[in-house]
Amino acid sequence: MGGQTGFGPVPTGDDGAPFQADWEARVYALSRALRRAGVFNLDELRDAIERIPPKVYLSASYYERWLIAIETILAEKGRA
Amino acid sequence: MSHDELPVAARVRRLEERVIAAGLTTGDELDALLDELLDGASPVNGARMVARAWTDPDYREALLADANTAAGSLGFATNGYRLCAVENTPTLHNVVVCTLCSCYPVTLLGPSPGWYRSFAYRSRVVREPRAVLAEFGLRLPDEVEIVVWDASAETRYLVVPRRPEGELPEEELAARVTRKGLIGTSAV
Repeated sequence: MGGQTGFGPVPTGDDGAPFQADWEARVYALSRALRRAGVFNLDELRDAIERIPPKVYLSASYYERWLIAIETILAEKGRA
Repeated sequence: MSHDELPVAARVRRLEERVIAAGLTTGDELDALLDELLDGASPVNGARMVARAWTDPDYREALLADANTAAGSLGFATNGYRLCAVENTPTLHNVVVCTLCSCYPVTLLGPSPGWYRSFAYRSRVVREPRAVLAEFGLRLPDEVEIVVWDASAETRYLVVPRRPEGELPEEELAARVTRKGLIGTSAV
C-alpha cells in the first residue's frame, strides 16, 4: 500500500466516530477476545489481512477486511 | 445463501455465536472489551503526556528516552509494543502512518480515525507527505524537513508537537493538543 498511487485525496473529514455500524464494533471486540484467548496474535491477524486477494482487499471496508481475516484464521486453525 | 453472501451484520452475528459456542469468549467479555476501548482510550491521554513534556523538562527527557515508561508513570498502559515519542522542532516535522494496516498507540490516541486507515493516507503520505499535510491544512515551509514514521505492531509512535507560544498552565496546554497533532497531521 505504501507508495502506491491512484487513491485520490485523503478523506481528512472522516475523523469522527470510530465505528460506522454496530457490526464493526463487534468485529473489533472479537479480534481482541480471540487474541486474548490465544487463538491468534496481532501478526497473524495482519498476515491474514495481507493474504486477502487484492481485488477483494480493495473493495472491502476496513472492518470487512478484519472480518475476512478472522474467518480465515479460524477456518485454518479449525478453532470455531 | 452461502456464508459469503450473507449481509455483513448477519455474518458477524453468526461468527460471534460460533466463537462463543466454542468457548473462546463470552458476550460479557466482548462488551467489556468494547467499553475499555470507548471509555479508556482517548487522545486526552496522549495530550496529557505532551503537556507534561512541555512543562517539565525531566519528563520530556524521560519521554524521549523511554516513552513506554513515561506513559506508565501517568497511568497509561502501552502493552505489547515499543512506544517512541518523536519531537517536532522548528526545522523538523514528524508524521506517523501505518502503511500496512492501522497500528498506533490506541490507549493514547483513542480509536483510529477513518482517514488514518484510508488507502489514500496510507499510500500517499510516504510518497508526498508535504502534499498530504497540505490537504489537512498544514502548510509547512520548504525548509522544514518532514520525517514519516511507518508504525508496525511492534513499534508505534507519538508525535510531540511544538508548544504553542505564551505561558499557559499545563491543563490548558493539554486541551490544545488534538489527535491530529499527536499523529502529525496538524500543528498545535
